[in-house]
Amino acid sequence: MTATTITIAGHGGDEIEAYIAQPEGDAARGGVVVIHHMPGYDRATKEITRRFAELGYDAICPNLYFREAPGAAPDDAAAVARAQGGVPDERLIGDVAGAAAYLRALPTSNGKVGTIGYCSGGRQSVLSGTALDVDAVVDCYGAFVTGTVPEGFPLKVTNLVDRLPGLKAPVLGLFGAEDQYPSPEQVDEFRRILTEQDTPFEFHSYEGAGHAFFAVDRPSYNVAAANDGWERIEAFYGEHLGS
Amino acid sequence: MCTYTTVRDTVDGSAKGPGGSWFHVTDITVYFDHPFHAMAEHTLNIDFAAPEKGPAARVAVELTADSARRLMAAIQEALDAVPVEMQA
Repeated sequence: MTATTITIAGHGGDEIEAYIAQPEGDAARGGVVVIHHMPGYDRATKEITRRFAELGYDAICPNLYFREAPGAAPDDAAAVARAQGGVPDERLIGDVAGAAAYLRALPTSNGKVGTIGYCSGGRQSVLSGTALDVDAVVDCYGAFVTGTVPEGFPLKVTNLVDRLPGLKAPVLGLFGAEDQYPSPEQVDEFRRILTEQDTPFEFHSYEGAGHAFFAVDRPSYNVAAANDGWERIEAFYGEHLGS
Repeated sequence: MCTYTTVRDTVDGSAKGPGGSWFHVTDITVYFDHPFHAMAEHTLNIDFAAPEKGPAARVAVELTADSARRLMAAIQEALDAVPVEMQA
């Protein structure tokens, strides 16, 4: 495996930083765009990116806060991005589009690209799927895909209900049954919409797990849910991103 | 969850920050969301920052909700304990 930091063209052609991890060898393979959580382009997300390379994919994680804070520590960059109102949806779509294009241009690409995101990144993974040509979408407990955003939220976040008709790629949703954002009711609404519009999907809600159950460096880590979730991701990407 | 909730304001004061240096603080960001370091799912987080000095000019605090309320009470008690004219 090789893993390094590169520069890619993001939204509007902006040069942004990204972390890429690739398996050894020339075999054709799919690509995965990893969308980091709100705390930023951090060590834990880079570990996740490397795990996808270990699973056999070219994986890339764009630094969504690079414009606000180039070269800053991830927590400082996240603080700046938060103070400035967060990442606009259209910019996110452009950055993920740039990351996906980079993966597809690799000589090892089989042309297929999936997205995955955690927490706020889960919503952004779905958002990317509504607007971009991707082959598989994984949403790990993203809030405000459905449901109502409380009034007065200073960050530029809305639910994605109006955009969901654009979601054609199959969706894997992994949720904590004890989570309130997204709540089980919001997950049910997402399930109903995907059913009605015939978007293929597979949802799993883990009893006893709350939000952020994949986060190995946080008290919310839930071993059973995370282990099963990783198996579901591996099978889902194997089916939809394989050669 | 990511609450996304963020309250911003401007302040005038100083904080002792990275490298042990004091710097002039101009902005605060307050939010209840995931901490970076505290061992709790959510905390009340305060960033004391000087944006014109760059992202690293920041003192961050992460407190449990109960701790944050006690801090508020302590600040209120300290301010109430001195004459108003001293606070000008």
